[in-house]
Amino acid sequence: MTLLKRIAPQLVALALLVALVTVFYPDFLKIGISGDRLVGPMIDVLKRGAPVALLAVGMTLVIATRGIDLSVGTTMAICGAVAAWAVAGGWGLVPALLLALAAGALAGLWNGLLVAVVGIQPFVATLILMTMGRGIAQLITEGRILTFTDAGFAFFGSGSLLGLPVPAWLWLACGLGMAALMRRTALGLLVESIGINRRASALAGVNATVLLIAVYVVSGLCAALAGIVVTADIRGADANNAGLWLELDAILAVVIGGNSLLGGRFSIIASLLGALIIQTIDTGILLAGFPSEYNLVIKAGLVLVILVLQSPRIAAEWRLWRDSHRASREAALQRGAAK
Amino acid sequence: MTRFLMSTAAAAALAISATAALAEGETIGFSQIGSESGWRAAETTLTKTQAEERGLKLQFSDAQQKQENQIAAIRSFIAQGVDAILLAPVVATGWDAVLQEAKEAEIPVVLLDRQVDSSDDLYLTAVGSNLVHEGEVAGKWLVDTVGDKECRVVELQGTTGSSPAIDRKKGFENALAGHDNLKIVRSQTGDFTRAQGKEVMESFLQAENGGKDICALYAHNDDMAVGAIQAIKEAGLKPGTDILVVSIDGVPDLFQAMANGEANATVELTPNMAGPAFDALAAYWKDGTQPAKFLQTESKLYTQADDPAGEYERRKGLGY
Repeated sequence: MTLLKRIAPQLVALALLVALVTVFYPDFLKIGISGDRLVGPMIDVLKRGAPVALLAVGMTLVIATRGIDLSVGTTMAICGAVAAWAVAGGWGLVPALLLALAAGALAGLWNGLLVAVVGIQPFVATLILMTMGRGIAQLITEGRILTFTDAGFAFFGSGSLLGLPVPAWLWLACGLGMAALMRRTALGLLVESIGINRRASALAGVNATVLLIAVYVVSGLCAALAGIVVTADIRGADANNAGLWLELDAILAVVIGGNSLLGGRFSIIASLLGALIIQTIDTGILLAGFPSEYNLVIKAGLVLVILVLQSPRIAAEWRLWRDSHRASREAALQRGAAK
Repeated sequence: MTRFLMSTAAAAALAISATAALAEGETIGFSQIGSESGWRAAETTLTKTQAEERGLKLQFSDAQQKQENQIAAIRSFIAQGVDAILLAPVVATGWDAVLQEAKEAEIPVVLLDRQVDSSDDLYLTAVGSNLVHEGEVAGKWLVDTVGDKECRVVELQGTTGSSPAIDRKKGFENALAGHDNLKIVRSQTGDFTRAQGKEVMESFLQAENGGKDICALYAHNDDMAVGAIQAIKEAGLKPGTDILVVSIDGVPDLFQAMANGEANATVELTPNMAGPAFDALAAYWKDGTQPAKFLQTESKLYTQADDPAGEYERRKGLGY
């Protein structure tokens, strides 16, 4: 019940958005069956939203510790390149996936050490990998788009399971699993305590350093999964473009999810809804058929409206206006009764 | 060697004393933008092999997308006294001063593949493709192939506002003008990338009756077409048969798609910009021939009939 109350603004925003898109593209909610898989715009949203949703899971935790991870888009490119390189080199599917995940964990470990041990501000620490990492990915792919034909690997990008696209299953499992881990144990509380006051939580016995590193490693692993999805989807590692600017979409998803960039309380479910909202906007714009010059303006406009409506000050003003309205009406009623 | 002597009479005495060095061939400085795309990597590879074939010494400098690196490279080429400079400019503006320096040092500059906004007496010539013409070649192929049939075309544009996107769109529309049976029904940007090409094509298929209403796809580059081909396949249609696919660039992966019957045609943007540049320089050195200020490379159309498998083999080693 508290969860429902927490994610109510995001659910309302998503519902309004879907209604808006349906005005411009009436078949938006239509879902059909083609062979063994469901097809339709909503299914596309679930599938295409996977990279940002996966990144948002890790990003939510990082932001909850009052950090930020700018390197996730680049980490996606590195992990995609590693996976494609391993698959194309005949290493086999499982080693390729493990190598990609290991690369993601390593990237997270690097960020975590810089933040938690060396004490560099998260913005700067992750900026280093953000700028450097794409070069690493290009070294792995030798500047080309590294293509492969392994059907097993492609399954992670464009396969389907029980009717739903595999990427959708991946982010659902990853997101709900992480949310359960955080809320069914004390972990979520500990992460929040670091975000609110790292020193105080350390003094209270929380192993803040290890937990901080772990949070960045989780973010790296999520980025690795996202990298695997986009690489498998186009059957090639595009080091120049894979995950480009997606760190910003991931941060936006967390923010639309109502999480504060100042750390503390967080909700992974709300961030996932944020990612869905972003993807619904993207897919809606494509389906509505506007000229492409309008894409970014429409997206920015909608995001602005959603964020303004969610802002605490607007909510407070609204409550104040409602209460005073109610009070004056009650006063009028009382006056009427007194007469 | 002799052509060098004739072209720079003022430096003749100096040149004679340097005969031994010149026997190796002229030195060319090449300031490349970077390696942001496979095409550019192929351009770099081909420039190196072309120089080797002609016995020229190439000084290569990678600017990593930064103009200041290119300006620094050109200044160092001038200081070294190279015989000519090739420049693939990263942006169009801000070249006047450094080009003037090269001119004063009497070093001819040839622009590769992109243009600059400077006065055209500051460089010898520019080699490049005509982007509008590329679009026209692609459009003409589609017009000729479709004939009188009704055909609903979807278009994957390049990055919004970029000159290849604007010009390739314009050229294609020029070719379709007057053929009312061909209509562009949907047009969206795919940002020149595979992933976006695939995602946007999915939405086109969705919006056009599962793709059954689409007769042809025109993509502003091959990478988007490769992504779109996968989207078409996943929608249960046959790319190349159910939906015709025509695009521009001529990258190896598209030749492979053509060999598999999944793409129909591509217009090559040749990465061999250096060949015509070296030819122009050779003529200039020989008897001072001033080339035209713009040397347009051929925009050659390749279809499934042009041995796509063989073309793939020829291209895959170029670094695309």
